[in-house]
Amino acid sequence: MVENKPENKEKVRIYIMGREYKVPAGLTITKAMEYAGYRFMRGSGCRGGFCGACATVYRLRNDYKLRAALACQKTVEDGIYIAQIPFTPAEKPLYNLNEVGPSVNVFLEYYPEIAKCVCCNTCTKACPQDLEVMDYVQAALRGDFEEAARLSFDCIACGLCAMRCPTEIVPYNIALLARRIFGRYVMPRAKHVEDRIKEVESGKFDEEIQKLMQADSASLKETYAKREIEPE
Amino acid sequence: MLHVSRKMSKEDQHHENYGGSKTDKTAKRTGSDCSQQYPETRAEKNSANTVSKQFPQNNSLKVQRMIKMPYYPGCAVQTTARNYSVSGIAVAEKLGVELIELPKWYCCGVFPSLANDDLMRHLAPIRNLIQVQEINENGIVKNENRVATFCSMCYHTLKEANMFVKDEEKLKKINTFFDREKEFAGGAKEGYRGGIAVLDFLELLRDVVGYGKIAREVKKPLKGLKVAPYYGCLVLRPREIGIDDAENPTVFEDLLEVLGAEVINNPNKTQCCGSYHTINRKDIVTKLTYDNLIYALRNGAEIVATCCPLCTFNLDAKQKEARGLYRDLDEIPIMYYTQLMAIALGLERQFYGVEFDLHYVDPKPILEAKNLY
Repeated sequence: MVENKPENKEKVRIYIMGREYKVPAGLTITKAMEYAGYRFMRGSGCRGGFCGACATVYRLRNDYKLRAALACQKTVEDGIYIAQIPFTPAEKPLYNLNEVGPSVNVFLEYYPEIAKCVCCNTCTKACPQDLEVMDYVQAALRGDFEEAARLSFDCIACGLCAMRCPTEIVPYNIALLARRIFGRYVMPRAKHVEDRIKEVESGKFDEEIQKLMQADSASLKETYAKREIEPE
Repeated sequence: MLHVSRKMSKEDQHHENYGGSKTDKTAKRTGSDCSQQYPETRAEKNSANTVSKQFPQNNSLKVQRMIKMPYYPGCAVQTTARNYSVSGIAVAEKLGVELIELPKWYCCGVFPSLANDDLMRHLAPIRNLIQVQEINENGIVKNENRVATFCSMCYHTLKEANMFVKDEEKLKKINTFFDREKEFAGGAKEGYRGGIAVLDFLELLRDVVGYGKIAREVKKPLKGLKVAPYYGCLVLRPREIGIDDAENPTVFEDLLEVLGAEVINNPNKTQCCGSYHTINRKDIVTKLTYDNLIYALRNGAEIVATCCPLCTFNLDAKQKEARGLYRDLDEIPIMYYTQLMAIALGLERQFYGVEFDLHYVDPKPILEAKNLY
């Protein structure tokens, strides 16, 4: 049997857009694809699970479920079928945050398709961040932007929810609006930031900035190396 | 209807028999609190407690207890119809029903699909019924297979979906949507098993609380206040899910009478309010608003009482436009029956829900004139 040959033991078969490759087990999808000879122009970013650039859909052998993951986070399995989604086409309406206000109907106004949600939960199943996507869409639908902001806090806007939604909602953009309204109208203002802005505006740091702008490369490097990283 | 109420009373009995532990806990807590100051009260409580333990099936000896009722709010009563839920929840509590909001709830589905094979449109309401199952399993409520709701639309959609999946084949198909969902964050733990009863709050007041109890709790009768009820359609039609006779319902009138109000006949009480035509066919709604209010006004009504947020919006917000078209239409405030109940049961003003700036026609002047505010 093929599987028992020693040279095959640590390798798994993967299918990238239908074509079979043998790659070492334990690689992430990103690394497996690079091992197979692909070079990423799009569809890869931070490689640490934070940027949301490497959205990928896959199916496992003998499983009807279409699954989704970040290519830099998911390790390959034997018989996995992989296709990357480097970009999600989605409209992002323009709004002025100072004008929208924390109204309950703001989501219906900018994303009226949100009312089409049938609660199938497909978005949640697609989310590589394990967010309760349907729950935050539902919170937004009833104007509860606070709950929507809270539930969507870890969203990295990879777009997989929007690609899977049968009612063509774009959850991650809705979540962004929710967090923006929450930040603008609900969250308390940070006192220290406001104090610092006043200091900046009063010209307290002008001299220092001027000094930096006129400094030569060598002294800039020295200043950078000596900088205080975490003030005590 | 008969079937549901019979089932409810059976469920109630079930509560008496098995839900006793909650009663015991409450009694014990009250008992120990009192023990430091009033030992005799404790003895009394304890003896009552023992009796209820020995004869849990005997209703006449039961200790005053709160019914813990799962409660599905819906979007409207949380926002634009907050005066409905704030007054309603306080009224329920006064009447011994603690409404426990489902920890997670979703859109009710808004208008059930009438197509026989449009299963996807039933996912949202069924998902909410699964939540009722789950709070039973979490122990937040005990053996309570009923769920109460204020909004007529939510009641209607949840109940229609509930009827729809009485067909086992359909239930099975819908449940495949929830298959393996528990692997995902916040997913349904299991499919819907059926057997949840959806209660409109009017139904709850009539069948669970009972008008007799409400009558005993009335502190400030709505004496001399002329109220015309308006049902709309969602709690009455189709017949299979209606809470009362579809053509000539009386549940609302009976309640208003219990509250001490003078009930005014409103011949258009079950007519359509125009529903969502309010968005893009304003002419239809304006005409209906006139029709639905004018006879009540001519019969002398001072307030129209409603039970549905959408009807309320159409009757209240569209009055201005209707009055522009029909000169004989006078202004009339629209109030939820729960607001009138909050007044009649002598609750604090904050529970009247008239201060939220949600009324287009201010009900305060007429309430003040009748010494009710």
